[in-house]
Amino acid sequence: MPDSPAIASSGAATAVETAHAAAHPDYLRHHFESVEQQADTTNFAMWLFLLTEVMFFGGLFMAYLIMRNWYYPAFVEASHHLSIFWGTTNTAVLITSSFTMAMGVWCAETRRKKGLLLSLILTFCLGLVFLCIKGIEWHAEWVQHHVPGLHYSVESFVNPASDPEIYAEYHDRALSPAMALRTEMYFFLYFAMTGMHALHMIVGISILGFMILRARAGSYTNGHVTFVENVGLYWHFVDIIWIFLFPLLYLVSRHG
Amino acid sequence: MSTSTIVRLPDQSTARIPRMNFLSRENGLLSWLLTSDHKRIAILYLISITFFFFVGGALAGLIRLELLTPQSDLMATDTYNKVFTMHGLIMIFFFLVPSVPATIGNFVLPMMVGAKDLALPKINLLSWYLYIVAGGLMLYTMAVGGVDTGWTFTTPLSTHYLNTHVISAGLAVFVAGFSSIFTGLNFIVTIHKMRCPGMTWFRLPLFVWAHYAASLLMVLGTPVLAITLVLVVLERTVHIGVFDPALGGDPLLFQHLFWFYSHPAVYIMILPGMGVISEVISTFSRKRVFGYTAVAFSSVAIAVFGFFVWAHHMFIMGISNYAALVFSLLTMLVAVPSAIKIFNWSFTLYKGSITFETPMLYAIGFLGLFTIGGMTGVFLGTAGTDIHLTETYFVVAHFHFVMVGGMLMAFLAGIHFWWPKITGRMYPEKISQLAAVVTFIGFNLTFFPQFILGMLGMPRRYASYPPEFQILNVFSTAGATVLGVGYLLPVLYLTWSLKYGKIAGNNPWQATGLEWQTQSPPLTENFTRIPIMDHEAYDYEWLENQQQKEVASA
Repeated sequence: MPDSPAIASSGAATAVETAHAAAHPDYLRHHFESVEQQADTTNFAMWLFLLTEVMFFGGLFMAYLIMRNWYYPAFVEASHHLSIFWGTTNTAVLITSSFTMAMGVWCAETRRKKGLLLSLILTFCLGLVFLCIKGIEWHAEWVQHHVPGLHYSVESFVNPASDPEIYAEYHDRALSPAMALRTEMYFFLYFAMTGMHALHMIVGISILGFMILRARAGSYTNGHVTFVENVGLYWHFVDIIWIFLFPLLYLVSRHG
Repeated sequence: MSTSTIVRLPDQSTARIPRMNFLSRENGLLSWLLTSDHKRIAILYLISITFFFFVGGALAGLIRLELLTPQSDLMATDTYNKVFTMHGLIMIFFFLVPSVPATIGNFVLPMMVGAKDLALPKINLLSWYLYIVAGGLMLYTMAVGGVDTGWTFTTPLSTHYLNTHVISAGLAVFVAGFSSIFTGLNFIVTIHKMRCPGMTWFRLPLFVWAHYAASLLMVLGTPVLAITLVLVVLERTVHIGVFDPALGGDPLLFQHLFWFYSHPAVYIMILPGMGVISEVISTFSRKRVFGYTAVAFSSVAIAVFGFFVWAHHMFIMGISNYAALVFSLLTMLVAVPSAIKIFNWSFTLYKGSITFETPMLYAIGFLGLFTIGGMTGVFLGTAGTDIHLTETYFVVAHFHFVMVGGMLMAFLAGIHFWWPKITGRMYPEKISQLAAVVTFIGFNLTFFPQFILGMLGMPRRYASYPPEFQILNVFSTAGATVLGVGYLLPVLYLTWSLKYGKIAGNNPWQATGLEWQTQSPPLTENFTRIPIMDHEAYDYEWLENQQQKEVASA
């Protein structure tokens, strides 16, 4: 029995097949009709994936904002123990990395192999620098006994003068013992949020590493740039998360 | 009933299963484990969810056995807690959520839109592997002693007071969630970008619309559950809690975040089932679904409204009266699109040429049971009556009517409906009709008494109850046995039919969907040529014309 003839009028089908044979590069997956459809589809999928990421981080932001509203004094004083210097530096590092990533996408689109390699390596390194700085900060919190659940101490908050440098800068008042306990909540959320962000950075850096190897072999500069574009979208997204984290976590009392 | 069949099979003496098809193309275990063919992945899913269905079903059997007598005698009370928790977790996350989308949806959705595969075949396979990892974690949890928080992971019970395996169970659900996200994402992208020429949005079968709506919920809701479970796991390991009131946290925040996913999740579970019902009712009454556009948009409306009703799970948890009022009203709003569907299906039946093949029997069962389940949902959405009925067997009966009476019936309807397409062979008709009837009777016997028990005030989640409730519980347990038979039968005869079933041919039901216009089982590429959609969905005249042309040319 023949296939139902309704499925394709033969004229149109031939047209489709000719177009098929004309442009069939090896990166075109079997189930797509054209390179444009493939690029469109994977791009759309990436945007959708980022949407799920927004919802994922959204839960954390929600929890943070509620707790910050409830325990505002504790969150203010706890945030004073973060280093705005390192935070700002890291923000700059990340924004720069987004720039180099965008350069990478542009180089791939315009088939500049050297430029692509350079951009990817720069992005890769800037990502590592970000993580190192984050590591320095986490180490400082460990030293100050501000890692929740392990060996947390409220000393800096019931007795602010015990930390002369920060006291000199902010003149924080001593919190009541009950409120001082809530600083642990701040640091819990701080570690959860920056940790989750760092995890996304590690994933991004690993993918970049993989891309550098592929790019050296000549991938991405052959006209098939979807993968670079999508990784770029991911990288910018992780960047944007940090853009929100930085003021929320570091600049709690720095408004108006 | 003598002439009442639409089944048209090819001449059995000459008919053969097509030599080239997606099953015969490659052989060996690896060709399955590394496949990116949506049809093969659907079959992998079908086998895995059937396994978990019977694990969850066995646990349900244990629950019903325990409740046969008023005292807690079959098992200790904390064992009972673990049994109902594992039953809930397995049935929800490992059967109901993936049931129709990951099996039937995976198999037929790309064909319905006229595509060769889902947009992201490898992500599709990844989704199955995530499911298996999650399932393994869940079985591990069960093997080392289970978890007894209830499937809702209620804090601070789950984070502070219990010494069962909350972490591994939470991680299992976390991973299963990503499996579900990837399925939903794949469907949305496929429906947007992979439709064949001529396949406009309003020519899509309603099955596709229903899956689109359910996928939106999967993509937007599941990540919130994921992060909530991360926080629960962190709270349990680090002992700092955003959810534990003793540490300054807010248990209500957990409820909000949890139900923000878990209420839409019930629509993730039911919407694909509704899609199946649209296809089946149209095919077996030989009519276009009445009010196609209304049914299509009602799916989307359910998805949208579904995101704004979650706090009706929290009426007795200390949310404000105004919140209760607003959420109560919004909840009733969901009844509107659901009713639109029920009415439109009923109007489709009106003056249709109805035949009663097995899928149709299941679908009619769905109509009745889902209506009861949905209406009792309105009782529970009403804040006043909810305060009396919540945490009683009324709630248990309500969601089992929707989930088991609705979704499971729809799943079985779909499995029977597309079985000839999937395997190329028919299941035996008489015994499967019997199974459909047995399921319906068993279901009502099991769950209807639970409405009465709930009205009388029997609380859920207890191993013992006052002796005056025993008679209804005996009915319920007896019904569960019948229901068990109803579910075992299809496994037996469907397996039998793989070898001995009649050859089905391309389109045994004379259905209109594109998936029926190609061979069964389909080719790996689904179609020999990319189809061009030149007619509306459910256009039976078009189909008749096609067949006449075929006869003329042959």
